[in-house]
Amino acid sequence: MTNVLVCVKRVPDPTGEVVLTADGMRVDGRYAGYATSPHEEAAVALAAQLVEDGEGTVTVLSVGTEDSVEQIRAGIAVGATDGILVEADPDELGPADVADAIAEAVRAREAAGTSYQLVLLGNDAADTGDFQVGVRLAYLLDRPVAAGIQTVAVDDGVATLRGEGPEGTEVYEVALPCVVTVMEGGVTPRYPSVKGRMRAKKAEVERMPWSGAAVGSGREALSVPEPPPSQVSVLGEGAAAAPALVAVLRELKVVTG
Amino acid sequence: MSVVVLVEVEEGRASLVSRETLTFARSLGAGPLHALVVGTVPEGVVSDCREHGVEVVHEAADPVLEQYAAAAWAALVEAAGRAARADLVIAPGTGRGNEVLAHVAARRGLRMAANVVAVESLNPLVVQRQFVGGAALERTSVPSRVRLITMAGHAVDPSPADAPGEARVSPLAVDIDPKDLRAQVARVEKREGGDTSGLSSAKVVVGAGRGAGGPEGFATVDALAERLGGAVGVSRVVTSLGWRPHHEQVGQTGSRIAPDLYLACGISGSIQHWAGCASSQTIIAVNTDPDAPMVTKADYAVIGDMHEVLPAVLEELG
Repeated sequence: MTNVLVCVKRVPDPTGEVVLTADGMRVDGRYAGYATSPHEEAAVALAAQLVEDGEGTVTVLSVGTEDSVEQIRAGIAVGATDGILVEADPDELGPADVADAIAEAVRAREAAGTSYQLVLLGNDAADTGDFQVGVRLAYLLDRPVAAGIQTVAVDDGVATLRGEGPEGTEVYEVALPCVVTVMEGGVTPRYPSVKGRMRAKKAEVERMPWSGAAVGSGREALSVPEPPPSQVSVLGEGAAAAPALVAVLRELKVVTG
Repeated sequence: MSVVVLVEVEEGRASLVSRETLTFARSLGAGPLHALVVGTVPEGVVSDCREHGVEVVHEAADPVLEQYAAAAWAALVEAAGRAARADLVIAPGTGRGNEVLAHVAARRGLRMAANVVAVESLNPLVVQRQFVGGAALERTSVPSRVRLITMAGHAVDPSPADAPGEARVSPLAVDIDPKDLRAQVARVEKREGGDTSGLSSAKVVVGAGRGAGGPEGFATVDALAERLGGAVGVSRVVTSLGWRPHHEQVGQTGSRIAPDLYLACGISGSIQHWAGCASSQTIIAVNTDPDAPMVTKADYAVIGDMHEVLPAVLEELG
């Protein structure tokens, strides 16, 4: 039996236009909406896959305000068992703080009798992109950690993890318990069924406080670089533009002759 | 004080992003430049280091490190940092670079800034770094005794130093703690059906998005990539729909590319995708929508259906 903890972050929809708040300190997601950070969506799908045969549980955890319950319930709707909200203002937190808040929740659940053999996180958050929460968490829990993982299989206390490396697919075999940071690409994202949505509505989401003192992210300001004015040169329309396009290829010396 | 740069090896040379990182590190004028290379240092890497002004190349050739283990690499960074008396460590903003420096940060209780594009002040360290995959920038301070940053790929062009460095190879002996090998690559499965791992260093990339219409819509894309000696890159929607494998994905959650030419066909050009292709030298967009961001941001565009345009281009090329 494997109990899996998946940590998800609520982020401004990463496919939307980036609009900043008036003070320039945050991305304003009011227009684009919010979503689960893509790598973490993949992590939820991997976790749901792992316990599909009925053995083990999946807990979705988010560090944030009450708003993040939406992302926790979205995880439950596609197969997770229950949820934890670690209550903290994400704008006040840096990556070390988030790792500390998750570690505290893991220890609290352990003290209450539930231990997580596998902790999954996204490789990096779509907004802050710090690339370090999972690694920091692993050190706080004194567990091994593999990053950039796309598929997970568990057998006899060992996790077989696959991710893309510079020369091909890298395979890790890591003894549980361990921490894994997930990249999308190895699993099809799941869409909630009506039944899943109903279950998510009713499922228990435990609220936990975080007792730590934030060190913060060091952020001083955000800015969105002004896009340069369009300088596109339209070569033509449809197949008739092929000679003009090929002329550009020749000019760029990507084809000879 | 000095600077240590983690240099990744690709086909016997310092990788492109590593050379960019060396160029950037040198431009800071923060002290003598040291490189750390894991494995026996190939002659090509020594000469790249020399050309980029590196004084010492720390060579960590312990056979136990034949396969990648991030925690062990972090131990090497710590050892090289001590040997070089470094107070600034820079790694390429690659999967490995970010991972290894995150380990160093966690082990030493330090801050780390990922995917930096510019340094505003060295002491105290204030940087501009990529936010939302580069669609925005974050000005952030990194108040640490030892400063750890990774350098966003393709934020600078690699260029040789005015005066070459000595690039003296110095063996770095480290007793690797077995604990640091708990998560080590056990084996590497080479990709079947050609090498697309070259996507991030390809000179020409032919890209396709939703406009391909389905997996069968890639025949002309593949053919054109082959004709131009380039790689195929795709948008996120294409991999989400299962039309093409994820390792071909260009964008914030895929590869960052910087080819001489990016020919983007049937790709609207979302922020996510743009984050991965903005460093292309020249972009040609083929799209039915003249207002698509990919078209307005491109250097050249053909307005039309890729399924009509690409066959005509192939025919024109002969």
